[in-house]
Amino acid sequence: MSAHDHAPHAHGDAHGHDDHGGAAHGSYGSYLLGFGLSVVLTAIPFWMVMAHVLPNQVTGYIIMAFAAIQIIVHMVLFLHLDTKSESGWNMMALAFTVVVLVITLSGSLWVMYNMNTNMMPMSVEDMRQMP
Amino acid sequence: MSADTMTANGDAQVAFYDLDEHDHPEGGSTLLGFWIYLMSDCLIFAMLFATYGVLGHSYAGGPGPRQLFELPLVALNTAMLLFSSITYGFAMLAMNQNKVAQTQIWLFVTALFGIAFLSIELTEFAALIHEGATPQRSAFLSSFFTLVGTHGLHVTFGLVWLFTLMVQIGTKGLIPANRRRLMCLSLFWHFLDVIWIGVFTFVYLMGMLR
Repeated sequence: MSAHDHAPHAHGDAHGHDDHGGAAHGSYGSYLLGFGLSVVLTAIPFWMVMAHVLPNQVTGYIIMAFAAIQIIVHMVLFLHLDTKSESGWNMMALAFTVVVLVITLSGSLWVMYNMNTNMMPMSVEDMRQMP
Repeated sequence: MSADTMTANGDAQVAFYDLDEHDHPEGGSTLLGFWIYLMSDCLIFAMLFATYGVLGHSYAGGPGPRQLFELPLVALNTAMLLFSSITYGFAMLAMNQNKVAQTQIWLFVTALFGIAFLSIELTEFAALIHEGATPQRSAFLSSFFTLVGTHGLHVTFGLVWLFTLMVQIGTKGLIPANRRRLMCLSLFWHFLDVIWIGVFTFVYLMGMLR
């Protein structure tokens, strides 16, 4: 599967020193599986929104769940992320990023939502007068 | 190398740190470093998503997502990016089998899908600006153009990188350095697809639900 089995000049490339240390390579099967899953996981949310099958709020939660699943599918099948790649440091960096991401997103939305609700009400007319 | 080389009388050579330089193959840590870059890039997008989340409802009396977004166009765009992802995957598989011509063909197909994606996005932007929905119109539109535009800019630079690599493979072949570069671009390209999942879900689809 890997290039260096039949390519002696490939030594010294990113994987040359360690067959299992780096990120794994995919296969036609894994790429096609990822593509198929992505198509389904993309098509369903688009269809749900365009055809108005369910109430808006329910649709919102469902398409967010589909997005989360699709991101995991891409991470595993296209980016070949697993707990072993680069001795786990890829996963470690990802975990750190996810933590910061959650804090940033939820924190911003929470703080700004509170600020908006506690601000003095402003009419559209007032807004037009704004400098 | 470690403390357990110490003998009973303690006068043996004791080194608590690594004195010998290990053999570090060139580019051995490139992929990990590039992954950490991608994670920092992910944080940039997190900021832009947060900004859009905060400002996305501030229309300033201007047009909202329902009046502006055309979902069929977005679906087409998503398909383009998804196709480019799988064709890049095929390029990587061809690279692993040392097939230079096949790698180049799949890279070219990937580039075509990338260009199609950018063209559709620019058409959409042009239509929005023509309707008067410019970035200056409202906070919603400012944050929308910043988020989607930054993603588009990433795709643009990905394409520049892709064509550069095609030239390099054309002149030098699939040498280890080029393989490493292709693997980095692979991560970058698939990463952009992951970001796009967030964009079409939170910006376009959720926008239409308001």
